Amino acid sequence: MRKYIIKRLLMMVLTLFIVATLTFFLMKMIPGSPLGNTMKLSKAQQLAVEKQYGLNKPVWQQYLSYMTGVLHGNFGMSYQYNSTTVASLIGHRVGPSILISFQALVLGVIVGILLGCVGALKKGTWADATSSTLAVIGISFPSFILAILLQYYLGFKLGWFPVASWDGFPSTILPTIALSAVPMAQVSRFVRTEMVEVLNSDYILLAKAKGLSVPQVVSHHALKNSIIPTLTLIGPLAVTLITGSMVVENIFSVPGIGELFINSVLANDYPVIMGLTMFYCLLLCGILLLTDVVYGLVDPRILSKEKGEH
Amino acid sequence: METPKKSTSKNEEFQFVNLDEVTAAQSGVAQKSLSFHEKAWHQLKHNHAAMVSLIFLLFIAVVSVASLFWMPHDPNAQNVSLSNLKPFTNGSYPLGTDGLGRDMFSRLLYGTRISLMIALFATLVDILIGVPYGLVSGWCGGRVDNILQRIIEIISSIPELVLIMLLLIILKPGMVSIILAIALSSWVLMARLVRASAMQIKSTDFVLAAQAMGESPMQIAFRHILPNTVGVIITRTMFTIPAAIFLEALLSFIGIGVKAPNASLGTLLNTGEKGFQFYQYQLWEPVLVLSLMMIAFNLLGDGLRDAFDPNTRGEK
Amino acid sequence: MAEDVLTIKHLSVDFKTLEGTVHAIRNVTLKLHPGEVLALVGESGSGKSVTTKTVMQLLPKNAEVVSGSVEYEGRDLLKLPEKELQKLRGNDLAEIFQDPMTALNPTMQVGKQIMEPLLQHQDINKEDAKTKALAIMEKVGIINAKERFKDFPYQFSGGMRQRIVIAMALICHPKILIADEPTTALDVTIQSQILKLIKQLKDELGTAVIFITHDLGVVAGIADRVAVMYAGRILEFGSVNDIFYHPQHPYTVGLLKSTPTMEMGGGDLESIPGTPPNLINPPAGDPFAYRNRYALKIDFKKLPPFFKVSDTHYAATWLLDKQAPKVHLTDKLDQRRQHYAKLVEKEAHQDD
Repeated sequence: MRKYIIKRLLMMVLTLFIVATLTFFLMKMIPGSPLGNTMKLSKAQQLAVEKQYGLNKPVWQQYLSYMTGVLHGNFGMSYQYNSTTVASLIGHRVGPSILISFQALVLGVIVGILLGCVGALKKGTWADATSSTLAVIGISFPSFILAILLQYYLGFKLGWFPVASWDGFPSTILPTIALSAVPMAQVSRFVRTEMVEVLNSDYILLAKAKGLSVPQVVSHHALKNSIIPTLTLIGPLAVTLITGSMVVENIFSVPGIGELFINSVLANDYPVIMGLTMFYCLLLCGILLLTDVVYGLVDPRILSKEKGEH
Repeated sequence: METPKKSTSKNEEFQFVNLDEVTAAQSGVAQKSLSFHEKAWHQLKHNHAAMVSLIFLLFIAVVSVASLFWMPHDPNAQNVSLSNLKPFTNGSYPLGTDGLGRDMFSRLLYGTRISLMIALFATLVDILIGVPYGLVSGWCGGRVDNILQRIIEIISSIPELVLIMLLLIILKPGMVSIILAIALSSWVLMARLVRASAMQIKSTDFVLAAQAMGESPMQIAFRHILPNTVGVIITRTMFTIPAAIFLEALLSFIGIGVKAPNASLGTLLNTGEKGFQFYQYQLWEPVLVLSLMMIAFNLLGDGLRDAFDPNTRGEK
Repeated sequence: MAEDVLTIKHLSVDFKTLEGTVHAIRNVTLKLHPGEVLALVGESGSGKSVTTKTVMQLLPKNAEVVSGSVEYEGRDLLKLPEKELQKLRGNDLAEIFQDPMTALNPTMQVGKQIMEPLLQHQDINKEDAKTKALAIMEKVGIINAKERFKDFPYQFSGGMRQRIVIAMALICHPKILIADEPTTALDVTIQSQILKLIKQLKDELGTAVIFITHDLGVVAGIADRVAVMYAGRILEFGSVNDIFYHPQHPYTVGLLKSTPTMEMGGGDLESIPGTPPNLINPPAGDPFAYRNRYALKIDFKKLPPFFKVSDTHYAATWLLDKQAPKVHLTDKLDQRRQHYAKLVEKEAHQDD
């Protein structure tokens, strides 16, 4: 297990290095000066700013100094927010994003598991049809539209929740619900398929042959085996949440990194874009590694496969 | 073989029968067995949700093509005196007009067409990259597979939307860029699925037999592997198209996709959201079109997956 | 003879599928005597497992019992409410599955799985259940039972897993044990070990066993009586000696000819030509007629009744009718009989 984790960590460092290099050179490929669009500056001023950001040096020198900076946790300065480092920007913004994403994940996974189990156990009934319909709508209905509708109807019209402010738990509720719809749908479909398969397996039949009642068969044998594989969904769910959070944060004015990323893209704030890309990349790799490790701990079968490989 | 010792019987019914004659007669009425794709189609036909979705999508496609030749109004013609007309209040503007007096119905037709076009081309590029990549990776295996998989791992460690935006920053703004950005970020999954399928087929007996009979690797890849991954490819496509429609809508909604005055469903949503407090139909109309299309694609995709997956077949 | 433990009468079961209704078994009648091993023999798809799954009432949802009854201790299992059935399953009726690799819950300790039937059916605390579970684990041949109690299925080999499944099935001392091809998925060397184990345990516990197999070679060593199934019907049944030395149905003869014995090379084996009939439209007459070299005209038209060969031996073939021409089916079998005799003798010696 330790060997495996170390191998994965090395792969992760390599991935981050490649992504950093790629984004750096992609950003350099953009024609014209990055400062040209946002600020109207005289030639002399522009040169001065370029010098301040180190843009007057040859590309390979910029690359080297950027990469050494990255190694020391220094991702450069934002163009957009004057005299703020990218690292501190991200540091200040990451809290709200993690908060609503985590809440959405928990909510989505719990409701999703419930719906999926109901669907599988009541297969072919109206309960199954309802949960399947909810899941299809959840996957099909764009989260940012759901966000707009929630904001308007529950926020503005009914006034149940604060809108367009970031102040404590109540203001996280609507973004959380909007974000959780897709994870909920994905988990519910996944759990339903998993459980249908488990319920058709030999060991479930054997459990019945032992004289266990259906509720016992489900709680002792089916539940754990159909929910554990949901861990493999966490990676894709993280991607979903990152995508969703960008627009949802924008709509609800959540001061998070998703909103920061969109604003930076719109304002051509390259250092922030590069920093955030690396950050997202690190986040995703970390989550994938973590879920793999947890999966290995929870499901004895995985361990045996690992052993088989080495 | 021992020779049967047969004696004859007087009763006609108890006479021996020449088995060859009987089996020949029987083979005429033998159950016809369906091919794999016939079975899949048979299964799909019994899936009502998928069939309704298929018909709905065909209808949308026909309407979109027809709108190339005729639309009730020019989708960009402004008429400020007729702005913000509610739906069903004016005979010549059945779905109302927007803030600039443009016909909502025409804009929806136009926007759907643009969105569909972007999604279809993105999916096409997705297939053109993903399928060969997956085939090569799965078929060659070994070192080639290893390297190709590492590349995929690196690409997929960047969240999809982040990758798309990075690409959009460096590409020239426009429809082609959107198509490319979406395709370049989504082909990875197609490649993975095709690879898995190719690897599975590679180990089947009929491929081994083909190898033993001396067919070249290229022949096998095209004659045996590719046709048998068609199910996977079609199914995946049905999920790629709605994903692309969604991404386009999202990008245009944020303001980095299709730019006004060009209409796509995303730009319509963007416009609709701005006046949502006062003119709700301007958002609801594109929302309905978009979500119905997404639901239909997803249901059809589910139906296809079930039809092509022998494991789920037969249980009802 | 004591009363039968289980009586299956005129049982017919259908399966609803997309292609149509499959008549999986038709008019199956069987009796299980106390303490005996009844072997159900036939190709895959002949309805052996469907018969026993009906007894256990563990048929899939698309199955429907069309007619018949399954009597156990004076009650018809087919009419019992689910609650009552649960009390019988795992307690009076137990089953061993074909594939030990899939029959165990992968995420549950094997000890817990073995204890489960006990805790379900008997008023017993966990301590005592564990003691009993350890005892039966040792009995089925799991070495270091105490240490292995908390292991997971993946930590065991196929043969060991099958021993665990057997332990689970026997822990409540069932009256009837259904063994559904318990050795098919195992290596040949392990097969004979498992067979011996089943034989030894059923003698010890006095359990009656329905033993399903497609392999007549396995039957010789373990069964008291044999029923041969084909295309959802029983074609012939009788004692082991009846079936091996006086087979009457051409299908039984075919099966015997295609069964290898240890002493013989493959050269003498014959296979039965053709494939079993489609059970959506089963043939009207003898289902084996289309593959039968001795088929009579009437075989295609009318279902043969069971003709009595001896008190224990019945076969459903028109060849036994008085009007039928006389055939001698078993020329080569005569030679092979001697091999079987040797084989059985050998087994007997090993048991001493």
